[in-house]
Amino acid sequence: MGKIATREAYGKALAKLVVEQDDVVVLDADLSKSTKTADAKKARPDRHFNMGIAEGNMMAVAAGLAASGKTVFASSFSIFATGRAFEQVRNSICYPHLNVKVCGTHAGITVGEDGASHQSVEDMACMSAIPGMTVICPADGIETEQAIYAVYEHDGPCYVRLGRSAVEDVHPEGYEFEIGKGVVLREGKDIALVACGVMVQESLKAAKMLEEHGLNVTVVNMATIKPVDVELLVELAKTHKTIYTLEEHNVIGGLGSMVCQTLAQTVPTKCVCIGMLDSFGESGKPDQLMDKYGLSAEKVVERILATK
Amino acid sequence: MLNYEELSAHARNIRRNIVKMVTEAKSGHPGGSLSAVEIMTYLYFNEMDVDMKNVTSYDRDRFVLSKGHASPALYAVLSEKGFIDERELSTFRAINSRLQGHPNMNYVSGVDMSTGSLGQGLSCATGMALSNKIDENDHRVYVLIGDGESEEGQIWEAAMAAAHYKLDNLCAFLDCNGLQIDGKVTDVMNPTPLDKKFEAFGWHVINIDGHDYAQIEKALEEARNTKGQPTAIMAKTVKGKGVSFMENQVGWHGSAPSAEQCEQALKELED
Repeated sequence: MGKIATREAYGKALAKLVVEQDDVVVLDADLSKSTKTADAKKARPDRHFNMGIAEGNMMAVAAGLAASGKTVFASSFSIFATGRAFEQVRNSICYPHLNVKVCGTHAGITVGEDGASHQSVEDMACMSAIPGMTVICPADGIETEQAIYAVYEHDGPCYVRLGRSAVEDVHPEGYEFEIGKGVVLREGKDIALVACGVMVQESLKAAKMLEEHGLNVTVVNMATIKPVDVELLVELAKTHKTIYTLEEHNVIGGLGSMVCQTLAQTVPTKCVCIGMLDSFGESGKPDQLMDKYGLSAEKVVERILATK
Repeated sequence: MLNYEELSAHARNIRRNIVKMVTEAKSGHPGGSLSAVEIMTYLYFNEMDVDMKNVTSYDRDRFVLSKGHASPALYAVLSEKGFIDERELSTFRAINSRLQGHPNMNYVSGVDMSTGSLGQGLSCATGMALSNKIDENDHRVYVLIGDGESEEGQIWEAAMAAAHYKLDNLCAFLDCNGLQIDGKVTDVMNPTPLDKKFEAFGWHVINIDGHDYAQIEKALEEARNTKGQPTAIMAKTVKGKGVSFMENQVGWHGSAPSAEQCEQALKELED
Protein backbone atom coordinates (compact mmCIF):
# COMPACT_ATOMS: atom_id res chain seq x y z
CA MET A 1 0.00 0.00 0.00
CA GLY A 2 1.38 3.38 -1.02
CA LYS A 3 1.18 6.66 0.80
CA ILE A 4 0.92 9.93 -1.08
CA ALA A 5 -0.80 13.28 -0.59
CA THR A 6 -3.80 13.74 -2.87
CA ARG A 7 -2.25 17.02 -4.10
CA GLU A 8 0.81 15.01 -5.25
CA ALA A 9 -1.43 12.61 -7.14
CA TYR A 10 -3.25 15.60 -8.64
CA GLY A 11 0.03 17.06 -9.92
CA LYS A 12 1.02 13.76 -11.50
CA ALA A 13 -2.37 13.19 -13.12
CA LEU A 14 -2.57 16.74 -14.43
CA ALA A 15 0.94 16.52 -15.87
CA LYS A 16 -0.23 13.54 -17.93
CA LEU A 17 -3.60 15.01 -18.87
CA VAL A 18 -2.19 18.33 -20.07
CA VAL A 19 0.09 16.49 -22.48
CA GLU A 20 -2.67 14.14 -23.69
CA GLN A 21 -5.38 16.78 -24.23
CA ASP A 22 -4.86 19.94 -26.24
CA ASP A 23 -7.81 21.74 -24.67
CA VAL A 24 -6.47 21.58 -21.12
CA VAL A 25 -5.17 24.83 -19.63
CA VAL A 26 -3.79 25.07 -16.09
CA LEU A 27 -3.96 28.19 -13.92
CA ASP A 28 -2.35 28.75 -10.57
CA ALA A 29 -2.09 31.66 -8.14
CA ASP A 30 1.56 31.65 -7.06
CA LEU A 31 1.26 28.30 -5.28
CA SER A 32 2.18 25.94 -8.09
CA LYS A 33 4.92 24.25 -6.09
CA SER A 34 2.47 23.56 -3.26
CA THR A 35 -0.62 22.72 -5.33
CA LYS A 36 1.68 20.63 -7.56
CA THR A 37 0.46 22.17 -10.79
CA ALA A 38 4.18 22.86 -11.28
CA ASP A 39 4.31 19.28 -12.58
CA ALA A 40 1.94 20.23 -15.39
CA LYS A 41 4.00 23.34 -16.08
CA LYS A 42 7.08 21.18 -16.46
CA ALA A 43 5.24 18.75 -18.71
CA ARG A 44 3.76 21.44 -20.96
CA PRO A 45 4.95 24.98 -20.15
CA ASP A 46 2.78 26.68 -22.78
CA ARG A 47 -0.42 25.43 -21.15
CA HIS A 48 0.34 26.64 -17.63
CA PHE A 49 -0.27 30.25 -16.62
CA ASN A 50 0.62 31.72 -13.28
CA MET A 51 -2.00 34.34 -12.46
CA GLY A 52 -0.17 35.65 -9.42
CA ILE A 53 -1.66 36.25 -5.99
CA ALA A 54 -5.07 37.22 -7.36
CA GLU A 55 -7.50 34.33 -7.00
CA GLY A 56 -10.66 36.20 -7.99
CA ASN A 57 -9.12 37.24 -11.28
CA MET A 58 -7.78 33.73 -11.82
CA MET A 59 -11.25 32.19 -11.57
CA ALA A 60 -12.81 34.66 -14.01
CA VAL A 61 -9.88 34.28 -16.42
CA ALA A 62 -10.54 30.53 -16.18
CA ALA A 63 -14.15 31.26 -17.14
CA GLY A 64 -13.02 33.25 -20.19
CA LEU A 65 -10.74 30.42 -21.29
CA ALA A 66 -13.57 27.92 -20.80
CA ALA A 67 -15.91 30.18 -22.78
CA SER A 68 -13.39 29.72 -25.59
CA GLY A 69 -13.56 25.93 -25.54
CA LYS A 70 -10.77 25.20 -23.09
CA THR A 71 -11.03 22.86 -20.12
CA VAL A 72 -9.40 24.72 -17.29
CA PHE A 73 -7.87 23.40 -14.08
CA ALA A 74 -7.57 26.33 -11.67
CA SER A 75 -5.73 25.74 -8.44
CA SER A 76 -4.91 27.44 -5.21
CA PHE A 77 -5.22 26.53 -1.56
CA SER A 78 -8.77 25.43 -0.98
CA ILE A 79 -9.56 28.35 1.34
CA PHE A 80 -8.66 30.92 -1.35
CA ALA A 81 -10.05 29.00 -4.33
CA THR A 82 -13.46 28.56 -2.70
CA GLY A 83 -13.49 31.41 -0.19
CA ARG A 84 -11.67 34.40 -1.62
CA ALA A 85 -12.90 33.62 -5.11
CA PHE A 86 -16.35 32.29 -4.14
CA GLU A 87 -18.34 34.81 -6.07
CA GLN A 88 -16.20 34.53 -9.20
CA VAL A 89 -16.68 30.75 -9.08
CA ARG A 90 -20.39 31.28 -8.58
CA ASN A 91 -21.10 33.98 -11.16
CA SER A 92 -18.45 33.60 -13.86
CA ILE A 93 -18.00 29.81 -13.77
CA CYS A 94 -21.08 28.06 -12.40
CA TYR A 95 -23.85 30.38 -13.58
CA PRO A 96 -22.77 29.95 -17.24
CA HIS A 97 -21.96 26.26 -16.49
CA LEU A 98 -18.41 26.45 -17.83
CA ASN A 99 -15.78 23.75 -17.88
CA VAL A 100 -13.60 24.96 -15.06
CA LYS A 101 -12.29 22.42 -12.59
CA VAL A 102 -11.50 24.18 -9.35
CA CYS A 103 -8.88 22.06 -7.61
CA GLY A 104 -8.28 23.28 -4.07
CA THR A 105 -5.38 21.80 -2.18
CA HIS A 106 -4.44 22.12 1.50
CA ALA A 107 -8.04 21.52 2.57
CA GLY A 108 -8.94 20.84 6.17
CA ILE A 109 -6.89 20.84 9.35
CA THR A 110 -4.22 18.44 8.07
CA VAL A 111 -2.63 21.58 6.57
CA GLY A 112 -0.99 21.63 9.99
CA GLU A 113 1.35 24.35 11.18
CA ASP A 114 0.04 27.18 8.95
CA GLY A 115 -2.99 27.31 11.22
CA ALA A 116 -6.66 28.18 10.92
CA SER A 117 -6.30 30.97 8.34
CA HIS A 118 -5.12 28.34 5.86
CA GLN A 119 -7.30 25.42 6.94
CA SER A 120 -10.57 25.41 5.01
CA VAL A 121 -13.36 23.75 6.96
CA GLU A 122 -16.21 25.24 4.94
CA ASP A 123 -15.11 24.80 1.31
CA MET A 124 -17.40 21.87 0.52
CA ALA A 125 -20.35 23.77 2.02
CA CYS A 126 -19.61 26.82 -0.15
CA MET A 127 -19.13 24.81 -3.33
CA SER A 128 -22.06 22.44 -2.73
CA ALA A 129 -24.41 25.38 -2.29
CA ILE A 130 -23.77 26.61 -5.85
CA PRO A 131 -26.32 25.24 -8.35
CA GLY A 132 -24.78 22.83 -10.85
CA MET A 133 -21.46 22.45 -9.05
CA THR A 134 -20.06 18.93 -8.64
CA VAL A 135 -18.06 18.40 -5.44
CA ILE A 136 -15.52 15.62 -5.04
CA CYS A 137 -13.18 14.82 -2.15
CA PRO A 138 -10.93 11.86 -3.07
CA ALA A 139 -9.61 9.55 -0.37
CA ASP A 140 -6.22 8.58 -1.76
CA GLY A 141 -3.78 9.02 -4.61
CA ILE A 142 -5.33 6.28 -6.75
CA GLU A 143 -8.77 7.83 -6.53
CA THR A 144 -7.41 11.34 -7.10
CA GLU A 145 -5.86 10.40 -10.41
CA GLN A 146 -9.14 8.82 -11.52
CA ALA A 147 -11.12 11.82 -10.29
CA ILE A 148 -8.99 14.25 -12.28
CA TYR A 149 -9.69 12.27 -15.45
CA ALA A 150 -13.37 12.04 -14.52
CA VAL A 151 -13.78 15.78 -13.99
CA TYR A 152 -11.99 16.40 -17.28
CA GLU A 153 -14.63 14.27 -19.02
CA HIS A 154 -17.50 15.78 -17.03
CA ASP A 155 -19.40 18.59 -18.74
CA GLY A 156 -19.57 21.52 -16.33
CA PRO A 157 -17.90 23.01 -13.28
CA CYS A 158 -16.35 20.79 -10.62
CA TYR A 159 -14.65 21.31 -7.29
CA VAL A 160 -12.01 18.78 -6.24
CA ARG A 161 -10.88 18.92 -2.61
CA LEU A 162 -7.30 17.85 -2.06
CA GLY A 163 -5.06 17.49 0.97
CA ARG A 164 -1.57 18.56 1.89
CA SER A 165 -0.52 15.54 3.97
CA ALA A 166 0.15 12.02 2.73
CA VAL A 167 -2.72 9.54 3.00
CA GLU A 168 -2.69 5.77 2.77
CA ASP A 169 -4.04 4.05 -0.32
CA VAL A 170 -7.47 2.70 0.52
CA HIS A 171 -8.27 1.47 -2.96
CA PRO A 172 -6.66 -1.36 -4.89
CA GLU A 173 -4.85 -0.66 -8.16
CA GLY A 174 -7.35 -0.81 -10.98
CA TYR A 175 -10.06 0.83 -8.88
CA GLU A 176 -12.47 2.77 -11.03
CA PHE A 177 -13.85 6.02 -9.71
CA GLU A 178 -17.19 7.25 -10.97
CA ILE A 179 -18.66 10.68 -10.17
CA GLY A 180 -21.70 10.25 -7.92
CA LYS A 181 -20.94 6.70 -6.83
CA GLY A 182 -19.92 5.75 -3.31
CA VAL A 183 -17.85 2.62 -2.71
CA VAL A 184 -18.22 0.04 0.06
CA LEU A 185 -14.70 -0.68 1.27
CA ARG A 186 -15.66 -2.91 4.18
CA GLU A 187 -18.92 -4.74 4.72
CA GLY A 188 -20.48 -4.98 8.16
CA LYS A 189 -23.98 -5.00 9.55
CA ASP A 190 -24.26 -2.95 12.73
CA ILE A 191 -23.22 0.56 11.86
CA ALA A 192 -21.97 2.25 8.69
CA LEU A 193 -19.21 4.82 8.52
CA VAL A 194 -19.66 7.08 5.51
CA ALA A 195 -16.48 9.09 4.98
CA CYS A 196 -14.59 11.21 2.50
CA GLY A 197 -11.00 12.34 2.04
CA VAL A 198 -8.53 11.60 4.81
CA MET A 199 -11.36 10.33 7.01
CA VAL A 200 -11.65 7.19 4.88
CA GLN A 201 -8.31 5.87 6.14
CA GLU A 202 -9.29 6.83 9.72
CA SER A 203 -12.63 5.06 9.29
CA LEU A 204 -10.98 1.84 8.14
CA LYS A 205 -8.69 1.94 11.19
CA ALA A 206 -11.59 2.75 13.48
CA ALA A 207 -13.66 -0.10 12.03
CA LYS A 208 -10.94 -2.57 12.91
CA MET A 209 -10.71 -1.26 16.48
CA LEU A 210 -14.48 -1.34 16.85
CA GLU A 211 -14.49 -5.03 16.01
CA GLU A 212 -12.81 -5.62 19.37
CA HIS A 213 -15.80 -3.95 20.95
CA GLY A 214 -18.11 -6.38 19.17
CA LEU A 215 -19.25 -3.96 16.48
CA ASN A 216 -19.48 -5.13 12.90
CA VAL A 217 -18.77 -2.01 10.85
CA THR A 218 -19.38 -1.06 7.23
CA VAL A 219 -17.06 1.56 5.74
CA VAL A 220 -18.06 3.56 2.69
CA ASN A 221 -15.95 6.03 0.74
CA MET A 222 -18.36 8.75 -0.37
CA ALA A 223 -15.94 10.70 -2.52
CA THR A 224 -18.64 12.60 -4.38
CA ILE A 225 -20.36 14.88 -1.92
CA LYS A 226 -22.53 16.33 -4.65
CA PRO A 227 -24.35 14.70 -6.31
CA VAL A 228 -24.31 12.25 -3.42
CA ASP A 229 -25.02 8.54 -4.01
CA VAL A 230 -28.63 8.45 -2.83
CA GLU A 231 -29.17 4.84 -3.80
CA LEU A 232 -26.25 3.61 -1.72
CA LEU A 233 -27.26 5.76 1.25
CA VAL A 234 -30.80 4.38 1.18
CA GLU A 235 -29.42 0.84 1.08
CA LEU A 236 -27.11 1.56 4.01
CA ALA A 237 -29.93 3.12 6.01
CA LYS A 238 -32.13 0.08 5.47
CA THR A 239 -29.47 -2.34 6.64
CA HIS A 240 -27.72 -0.46 9.46
CA LYS A 241 -28.87 0.85 12.82
CA THR A 242 -26.86 4.07 12.74
CA ILE A 243 -25.01 5.99 10.03
CA TYR A 244 -21.88 7.89 10.98
CA THR A 245 -20.54 10.55 8.63
CA LEU A 246 -16.87 11.46 8.83
CA GLU A 247 -15.24 14.49 7.23
CA GLU A 248 -12.30 16.80 7.80
CA HIS A 249 -14.69 19.72 7.40
CA ASN A 250 -17.29 21.54 9.42
CA VAL A 251 -20.22 19.25 10.19
CA ILE A 252 -22.41 22.04 8.83
CA GLY A 253 -22.80 22.04 5.05
CA GLY A 254 -20.52 19.18 4.09
CA LEU A 255 -20.85 15.41 3.80
CA GLY A 256 -22.75 15.07 7.11
CA SER A 257 -25.37 17.59 6.10
CA MET A 258 -25.71 15.99 2.67
CA VAL A 259 -26.23 12.51 4.15
CA CYS A 260 -28.68 13.71 6.82
CA GLN A 261 -30.68 15.70 4.29
CA THR A 262 -30.81 12.73 1.94
CA LEU A 263 -31.86 10.20 4.56
CA ALA A 264 -34.40 12.50 6.23
CA GLN A 265 -36.23 12.55 2.91
CA THR A 266 -35.93 8.85 2.14
CA VAL A 267 -35.27 6.42 5.00
CA PRO A 268 -35.11 8.46 8.23
CA THR A 269 -32.24 6.96 10.17
CA LYS A 270 -30.16 7.99 13.16
CA CYS A 271 -27.08 9.80 11.90
CA VAL A 272 -24.08 11.02 13.86
CA CYS A 273 -21.91 13.64 12.16
CA ILE A 274 -18.22 13.47 12.95
CA GLY A 275 -16.13 16.38 11.74
CA MET A 276 -15.12 19.85 12.83
CA LEU A 277 -17.78 20.82 15.32
CA ASP A 278 -18.34 24.33 14.03
CA SER A 279 -14.86 25.39 15.03
CA PHE A 280 -11.69 26.63 13.35
CA GLY A 281 -8.49 24.63 13.52
CA GLU A 282 -5.14 25.90 14.77
CA SER A 283 -1.39 25.40 14.29
CA GLY A 284 0.10 22.02 15.12
CA LYS A 285 1.21 18.77 13.54
CA PRO A 286 -1.50 17.20 11.39
CA ASP A 287 -1.79 14.10 13.60
CA GLN A 288 -1.97 16.23 16.76
CA LEU A 289 -4.75 18.29 15.20
CA MET A 290 -6.64 15.21 14.05
CA ASP A 291 -6.51 13.95 17.61
CA LYS A 292 -7.40 17.24 19.28
CA TYR A 293 -10.39 17.81 17.00
CA GLY A 294 -11.69 14.27 17.37
CA LEU A 295 -10.85 13.05 13.88
CA SER A 296 -8.14 10.45 14.57
CA ALA A 297 -9.25 6.81 14.44
CA GLU A 298 -8.85 6.55 18.22
CA LYS A 299 -11.05 9.58 18.87
CA VAL A 300 -13.57 8.39 16.31
CA VAL A 301 -13.83 5.08 18.15
CA GLU A 302 -14.43 6.89 21.45
CA ARG A 303 -17.15 9.00 19.90
CA ILE A 304 -18.85 6.00 18.28
CA LEU A 305 -18.79 3.97 21.48
CA ALA A 306 -20.36 6.91 23.29
CA THR A 307 -23.15 7.37 20.74
CA LYS A 308 -23.94 3.91 19.36
CA MET B 1 -18.18 49.50 -43.31
CA LEU B 2 -21.13 51.73 -42.57
CA ASN B 3 -20.75 55.48 -42.80
CA TYR B 4 -21.36 57.61 -39.73
CA GLU B 5 -24.86 58.52 -40.86
CA GLU B 6 -25.79 54.86 -41.18
CA LEU B 7 -24.26 54.16 -37.78
CA SER B 8 -26.26 57.05 -36.32
CA ALA B 9 -29.47 55.60 -37.74
CA HIS B 10 -28.75 52.26 -36.03
CA ALA B 11 -27.80 54.06 -32.81
CA ARG B 12 -31.11 55.92 -32.86
CA ASN B 13 -33.05 52.66 -33.14
CA ILE B 14 -30.94 51.15 -30.42
CA ARG B 15 -31.63 54.10 -28.09
CA ARG B 16 -35.36 53.91 -28.83
CA ASN B 17 -35.36 50.21 -28.02
CA ILE B 18 -33.42 50.77 -24.79
CA VAL B 19 -36.01 53.29 -23.62
CA LYS B 20 -38.90 51.05 -24.66
CA MET B 21 -37.44 47.93 -22.98
CA VAL B 22 -36.81 49.63 -19.67
CA THR B 23 -40.20 51.33 -19.73
CA GLU B 24 -42.02 48.10 -20.48
CA ALA B 25 -40.06 46.15 -17.86
CA LYS B 26 -40.64 48.99 -15.38
CA SER B 27 -37.04 48.42 -14.27
CA GLY B 28 -33.53 48.30 -15.68
CA HIS B 29 -30.62 50.64 -16.25
CA PRO B 30 -31.22 53.26 -18.94
CA GLY B 31 -28.46 55.76 -18.05
CA GLY B 32 -25.43 53.53 -18.48
CA SER B 33 -27.03 51.80 -21.47
CA LEU B 34 -27.50 55.06 -23.35
CA SER B 35 -23.95 56.25 -22.65
CA ALA B 36 -22.47 53.16 -24.36
CA VAL B 37 -24.54 53.18 -27.57
CA GLU B 38 -22.00 54.69 -30.00
CA ILE B 39 -19.19 52.44 -28.75
CA MET B 40 -21.27 49.27 -29.02
CA THR B 41 -22.85 50.26 -32.34
CA TYR B 42 -19.45 50.89 -33.86
CA LEU B 43 -18.04 47.62 -32.48
CA TYR B 44 -20.92 45.46 -33.73
CA PHE B 45 -21.36 47.14 -37.13
CA ASN B 46 -17.89 48.25 -38.16
CA GLU B 47 -15.28 46.50 -36.07
CA MET B 48 -16.07 42.94 -34.99
CA ASP B 49 -16.33 40.05 -37.46
CA VAL B 50 -19.62 38.82 -36.04
CA ASP B 51 -22.54 37.86 -38.26
CA MET B 52 -25.49 35.47 -38.45
CA LYS B 53 -23.22 32.67 -39.66
CA ASN B 54 -20.60 32.75 -36.92
CA VAL B 55 -22.56 34.16 -34.00
CA THR B 56 -23.08 30.75 -32.37
CA SER B 57 -19.36 30.01 -32.41
CA TYR B 58 -16.51 31.47 -30.41
CA ASP B 59 -14.26 31.35 -33.46
CA ARG B 60 -14.61 35.11 -34.08
CA ASP B 61 -14.12 38.47 -32.39
CA ARG B 62 -16.01 38.71 -29.13
CA PHE B 63 -17.45 41.33 -26.82
CA VAL B 64 -17.81 41.14 -23.05
CA LEU B 65 -20.19 43.56 -21.39
CA SER B 66 -18.39 43.79 -18.08
CA LYS B 67 -20.90 46.41 -16.93
CA GLY B 68 -23.67 43.84 -17.32
CA HIS B 69 -26.41 46.15 -16.09
CA ALA B 70 -26.21 47.86 -19.50
CA SER B 71 -27.91 44.75 -20.89
CA PRO B 72 -30.63 46.80 -22.64
CA ALA B 73 -27.90 48.29 -24.85
CA LEU B 74 -26.53 44.82 -25.63
CA TYR B 75 -29.94 43.32 -26.41
CA ALA B 76 -30.88 46.33 -28.54
CA VAL B 77 -27.62 46.06 -30.50
CA LEU B 78 -28.08 42.30 -30.97
CA SER B 79 -31.61 42.95 -32.19
CA GLU B 80 -30.32 45.62 -34.58
CA LYS B 81 -27.85 43.01 -35.91
CA GLY B 82 -30.71 40.55 -36.39
CA PHE B 83 -29.54 38.07 -33.73
CA ILE B 84 -32.65 38.74 -31.63
CA ASP B 85 -36.14 39.30 -33.02
CA GLU B 86 -37.05 42.91 -32.18
CA ARG B 87 -40.42 41.74 -30.81
CA GLU B 88 -38.61 39.70 -28.18
CA LEU B 89 -37.16 42.87 -26.67
CA SER B 90 -40.50 43.50 -24.96
CA THR B 91 -39.87 40.41 -22.79
CA PHE B 92 -36.81 42.01 -21.16
CA ARG B 93 -36.69 41.18 -17.43
CA ALA B 94 -40.00 39.28 -17.58
CA ILE B 95 -40.55 35.73 -16.36
CA ASN B 96 -39.49 33.01 -18.84
CA SER B 97 -37.61 35.50 -21.01
CA ARG B 98 -34.17 34.84 -22.45
CA LEU B 99 -33.43 38.50 -21.88
CA GLN B 100 -32.37 38.40 -18.24
CA GLY B 101 -31.81 41.58 -16.25
CA HIS B 102 -28.11 40.88 -16.58
CA PRO B 103 -26.95 38.92 -19.66
CA ASN B 104 -26.80 35.11 -19.73
CA MET B 105 -24.53 33.72 -22.46
CA ASN B 106 -26.38 30.41 -22.60
CA TYR B 107 -29.71 31.97 -23.49
CA VAL B 108 -28.82 34.31 -26.34
CA SER B 109 -26.36 33.76 -29.19
CA GLY B 110 -24.29 36.90 -29.36
CA VAL B 111 -24.07 37.33 -25.61
CA ASP B 112 -20.44 36.26 -25.29
CA MET B 113 -20.21 36.12 -21.49
CA SER B 114 -22.62 36.03 -18.57
CA THR B 115 -21.98 39.17 -16.59
CA GLY B 116 -23.60 41.32 -13.96
CA SER B 117 -21.33 41.09 -10.98
CA LEU B 118 -19.07 44.08 -11.55
CA GLY B 119 -15.35 43.67 -12.03
CA GLN B 120 -15.42 40.14 -13.45
CA GLY B 121 -15.89 40.82 -17.17
CA LEU B 122 -12.40 42.20 -17.74
CA SER B 123 -10.96 38.99 -16.28
CA CYS B 124 -13.22 36.88 -18.49
CA ALA B 125 -12.16 38.89 -21.54
CA THR B 126 -8.55 38.37 -20.47
CA GLY B 127 -9.17 34.62 -20.44
CA MET B 128 -10.67 34.78 -23.94
CA ALA B 129 -7.73 36.81 -25.25
CA LEU B 130 -5.33 34.35 -23.62
CA SER B 131 -7.18 31.50 -25.34
CA ASN B 132 -6.77 33.24 -28.70
CA LYS B 133 -3.04 33.54 -28.03
CA ILE B 134 -2.84 29.83 -27.17
CA ASP B 135 -4.67 29.00 -30.39
CA GLU B 136 -2.55 31.51 -32.33
CA ASN B 137 -5.58 33.01 -34.06
CA ASP B 138 -6.21 36.66 -34.96
CA HIS B 139 -9.52 37.10 -33.16
CA ARG B 140 -9.83 40.14 -30.95
CA VAL B 141 -11.67 40.55 -27.68
CA TYR B 142 -13.46 43.77 -26.70
CA VAL B 143 -14.76 44.57 -23.26
CA LEU B 144 -16.82 47.46 -21.90
CA ILE B 145 -16.16 48.57 -18.33
CA GLY B 146 -17.88 51.29 -16.34
CA ASP B 147 -15.85 53.99 -14.65
CA GLY B 148 -17.68 53.24 -11.41
CA GLU B 149 -16.98 49.56 -12.00
CA SER B 150 -13.26 50.29 -11.97
CA GLU B 151 -13.56 50.75 -8.20
CA GLU B 152 -13.63 46.94 -8.05
CA GLY B 153 -10.19 45.58 -7.13
CA GLN B 154 -10.55 42.76 -9.62
CA ILE B 155 -10.37 45.25 -12.52
CA TRP B 156 -6.78 45.94 -11.49
CA GLU B 157 -5.95 42.27 -10.96
CA ALA B 158 -7.12 41.69 -14.53
CA ALA B 159 -5.33 44.78 -15.83
CA MET B 160 -2.12 43.42 -14.33
CA ALA B 161 -2.63 39.97 -15.85
CA ALA B 162 -3.56 41.19 -19.35
CA ALA B 163 -0.45 43.39 -19.50
CA HIS B 164 1.72 40.64 -18.00
CA TYR B 165 0.71 38.24 -20.76
CA LYS B 166 1.03 41.00 -23.40
CA LEU B 167 -2.53 40.54 -24.64
CA ASP B 168 -2.48 42.98 -27.54
CA ASN B 169 -5.59 41.22 -28.86
CA LEU B 170 -7.56 42.68 -25.95
CA CYS B 171 -9.15 46.12 -26.09
CA ALA B 172 -11.08 47.63 -23.18
CA PHE B 173 -13.44 50.57 -23.39
CA LEU B 174 -13.96 52.57 -20.21
CA ASP B 175 -17.44 54.06 -20.40
CA CYS B 176 -16.57 57.17 -18.39
CA ASN B 177 -19.99 58.67 -17.81
CA GLY B 178 -18.92 59.97 -14.43
CA LEU B 179 -21.89 58.70 -12.43
CA GLN B 180 -22.65 55.64 -10.32
CA ILE B 181 -25.69 54.70 -8.23
CA ASP B 182 -24.84 56.82 -5.21
CA GLY B 183 -23.62 59.89 -7.05
CA LYS B 184 -20.63 61.23 -8.93
CA VAL B 185 -17.90 58.65 -9.39
CA THR B 186 -15.38 61.18 -8.05
CA ASP B 187 -17.51 61.75 -4.93
CA VAL B 188 -18.41 58.14 -4.10
CA MET B 189 -14.93 56.59 -4.40
CA ASN B 190 -12.68 58.44 -6.76
CA PRO B 191 -11.01 55.98 -9.17
CA THR B 192 -9.40 58.71 -11.33
CA PRO B 193 -7.08 59.22 -13.08
CA LEU B 194 -8.10 56.03 -14.87
CA ASP B 195 -5.89 56.72 -17.90
CA LYS B 196 -2.78 57.09 -15.73
CA LYS B 197 -3.67 53.99 -13.75
CA PHE B 198 -4.09 51.79 -16.84
CA GLU B 199 -0.89 53.26 -18.24
CA ALA B 200 0.92 52.41 -15.02
CA PHE B 201 -0.44 48.87 -15.27
CA GLY B 202 1.23 48.52 -18.67
CA TRP B 203 -1.63 49.27 -21.04
CA HIS B 204 -1.64 51.45 -24.12
CA VAL B 205 -4.14 54.21 -23.32
CA ILE B 206 -6.19 56.40 -25.66
CA ASN B 207 -8.54 59.20 -24.56
CA ILE B 208 -11.58 59.89 -26.75
CA ASP B 209 -15.09 61.29 -26.84
CA GLY B 210 -17.16 58.11 -26.63
CA HIS B 211 -19.98 59.52 -28.75
CA ASP B 212 -17.77 60.51 -31.71
CA TYR B 213 -17.54 57.79 -34.37
CA ALA B 214 -14.43 59.28 -35.97
CA GLN B 215 -12.60 59.16 -32.65
CA ILE B 216 -13.87 55.63 -31.91
CA GLU B 217 -12.74 54.48 -35.35
CA LYS B 218 -9.29 56.01 -34.97
CA ALA B 219 -8.82 54.60 -31.47
CA LEU B 220 -9.78 51.09 -32.58
CA GLU B 221 -7.33 51.29 -35.44
CA GLU B 222 -4.61 52.40 -33.04
CA ALA B 223 -5.54 49.51 -30.72
CA ARG B 224 -5.25 47.02 -33.57
CA ASN B 225 -1.83 48.36 -34.44
CA THR B 226 -0.56 48.33 -30.86
CA LYS B 227 1.63 45.30 -30.29
CA GLY B 228 2.82 43.73 -27.07
CA GLN B 229 0.29 45.35 -24.75
CA PRO B 230 -3.48 45.61 -24.37
CA THR B 231 -5.26 48.86 -25.15
CA ALA B 232 -7.63 50.79 -22.88
CA ILE B 233 -9.79 53.41 -24.55
CA MET B 234 -10.99 56.03 -22.07
CA ALA B 235 -14.29 57.08 -23.59
CA LYS B 236 -15.73 60.24 -22.11
CA THR B 237 -19.48 59.78 -22.31
CA VAL B 238 -22.72 61.29 -21.08
CA LYS B 239 -24.91 59.11 -18.90
CA GLY B 240 -28.41 58.99 -20.36
CA LYS B 241 -27.11 60.37 -23.69
CA GLY B 242 -29.82 61.27 -26.19
CA VAL B 243 -32.69 61.75 -23.75
CA SER B 244 -32.61 65.34 -22.47
CA PHE B 245 -34.09 64.71 -19.05
CA MET B 246 -31.85 61.69 -18.42
CA GLU B 247 -28.53 63.25 -19.42
CA ASN B 248 -26.05 63.52 -16.54
CA GLN B 249 -28.79 62.70 -14.02
CA VAL B 250 -27.71 60.17 -11.42
CA GLY B 251 -31.33 59.15 -10.76
CA TRP B 252 -31.53 57.50 -14.19
CA HIS B 253 -28.89 54.91 -13.37
CA GLY B 254 -31.40 52.27 -12.47
CA SER B 255 -34.95 53.54 -12.79
CA ALA B 256 -37.57 53.23 -15.50
CA PRO B 257 -39.38 56.08 -17.21
CA SER B 258 -43.14 56.51 -16.93
CA ALA B 259 -45.29 56.12 -20.05
CA GLU B 260 -45.27 59.90 -20.60
CA GLN B 261 -41.54 60.14 -20.07
CA CYS B 262 -41.06 57.29 -22.51
CA GLU B 263 -43.16 59.08 -25.09
CA GLN B 264 -41.13 62.25 -24.68
CA ALA B 265 -37.87 60.31 -24.94
CA LEU B 266 -38.99 58.54 -28.11
CA LYS B 267 -40.00 61.87 -29.59
CA GLU B 268 -36.51 63.21 -28.91
CA LEU B 269 -35.05 60.10 -30.51
CA GLU B 270 -36.93 60.48 -33.80
CA ASP B 271 -34.90 61.20 -36.91
